[in-house]
Amino acid sequence: MVVGQEVARFLFQRIALGALVIVFASALTFFFVNLAPGGPASVMRFDVTAEQREALIKRMGLDKPVTQRYVEWVAGAVHGDFGTSLLTDEPVAQRISERLPNTLTLAGAALLLSIALGIPIGLIQALRRGSALDHFLSFFSAIGLAVPVFWLGIVLILVFAVSLRLLPSAGVTATGDDTVLERIRHLILPTIVLATTILPTVVRFMRSAAIEVLQEDFIRTAHSKGLAPRVVVTRHALRNALIPVISAIGALVPRLLGGTVVTESVFNLPGMGRLALEAAVGRDYPLVIGLTVVGATIAVATTLLVDIAYTRIDPRVRLA
Amino acid sequence: MTRVGFAALVTLAAIAVVAVIGPLFWTIPPEATNPAQSLAGSSAAHPLGTDELGRDVLSRLMHGSRVTLLVGVAAMLAALLIGVVVGAIAGFKGGWADAFLMRFTDGMLAVPAFFFILVVITVLGTGIATLILVIGALSWMPVARVVYGETLRWKTAEFVVAAMSLGVPAPRLLVRHILPQAIPSLVVSATLGVAAAILTESALSYLGLGVQAPFPSWGNMLQRAQIYVFTAPVLALYPGLAITVVVLAFNFLGDGLRDALDPRRRR
Repeated sequence: MVVGQEVARFLFQRIALGALVIVFASALTFFFVNLAPGGPASVMRFDVTAEQREALIKRMGLDKPVTQRYVEWVAGAVHGDFGTSLLTDEPVAQRISERLPNTLTLAGAALLLSIALGIPIGLIQALRRGSALDHFLSFFSAIGLAVPVFWLGIVLILVFAVSLRLLPSAGVTATGDDTVLERIRHLILPTIVLATTILPTVVRFMRSAAIEVLQEDFIRTAHSKGLAPRVVVTRHALRNALIPVISAIGALVPRLLGGTVVTESVFNLPGMGRLALEAAVGRDYPLVIGLTVVGATIAVATTLLVDIAYTRIDPRVRLA
Repeated sequence: MTRVGFAALVTLAAIAVVAVIGPLFWTIPPEATNPAQSLAGSSAAHPLGTDELGRDVLSRLMHGSRVTLLVGVAAMLAALLIGVVVGAIAGFKGGWADAFLMRFTDGMLAVPAFFFILVVITVLGTGIATLILVIGALSWMPVARVVYGETLRWKTAEFVVAAMSLGVPAPRLLVRHILPQAIPSLVVSATLGVAAAILTESALSYLGLGVQAPFPSWGNMLQRAQIYVFTAPVLALYPGLAITVVVLAFNFLGDGLRDALDPRRRR
């Protein structure tokens, strides 16, 4: 089938592009770390003897040229070997995969919350454009964009954990009571905080996309042929407005992942973001490179999912 | 300009005045500790109370505002410089340079910037200069896109072609004829860029990777405040409110300038 082929070609292009982004991210971090003054060759703790230093340089392969090391690193990474963490001597892949589920759960929940709230709010604002409700919600979005997420986290902890004692303030689950319910309770505040990094933007995109679509001729036609307003909004306006919003949401994923560093620190969640912080503070080069590449891979994979969603929502993409 | 934009401008001006001359009048040093007065509530001597080391919160807020505004504005200028150079060259040269530079820009946008920031800090360590460079080096991409678009749009305009045919050299053509057309969009990007830079600075300082103690910044004041959130919750209140107000003001000013400078985008 021709359409099927077009979709396949479209997805193949996107996968190739995504692979390029991952290579780009790995090359950028790898060469920056290895070539910048103060990189791994110069640091090496101060308390080591010259022999230990030599041995460490040998073990890390720092006596080889950097391009060769990069090629070797890529060859390892393709097989899931990202080297060894300097801080704990464990494989980087193992340290990251231990933390990955927590981060994916948190980021996934925040993404779903942003979509589930952002699209209806933006649509309502577009439908009630210029009303008091529209202004109020716009102002609320503006505040959301301006509030530092870590501070929002502290304030929420203060209100819901300290004053009201409704929700836990830190960790993944209750000690000695590891149930699904407890895990969800621990996820509520971090999810709200992380969602704040992208929710206001989703609302703004949705509002302006919906305003534009509502002015289209086919909306007037739909109204004038007597369709119920409900049907016009959901079948005609929403579907078309969603198209630009979905690609915008894909572009927000890197920001969402960056937000996990701060969110996981505020709520003391053992995830990838906090691992990145530990790696930065401890100058754990192999770990920091591995984390950036995994972060880029997650962003690319999400964008790919968004592209697939695109082909389902907008049939024109198949022929583009 | 819109009323909201004007109000934002007035707010920012007031904050800038306090940042510059405030410490001249409120002379308690921000680093001065006083163990006998730790976590004190507000009093005549300390209107906003003291922190866990007995340091005056008002003084730390005022000195912190200097650091926050300095890093925000300097990082924005760095981003502006990189973005203008990349966008102008890509748009003006076209061809290979265009493809390479703009795909590079896309690549930078597709990767979580905050992780890159951590990579750079891992290597270069912390410090205000590093902070400015890092934030600037990882937030120039939107500026590059704006300048790229404007350069593409204006390089075929008649007055530019005329100047070119008179033999005006390329750099002068860019600086004198094309880039001035991009100034309205750049003013808007720059204003919004300061807001974003301040948020990044505060997050890094909160994580302990930005401005280092004993120097106060609004972000690192919050780092300590979280520990004492149970006993002295107000400590967390002031710096967070300060960041929110300043970022909100820069965002509103940016939106206001966009409406004022670019009538096409008026809704």
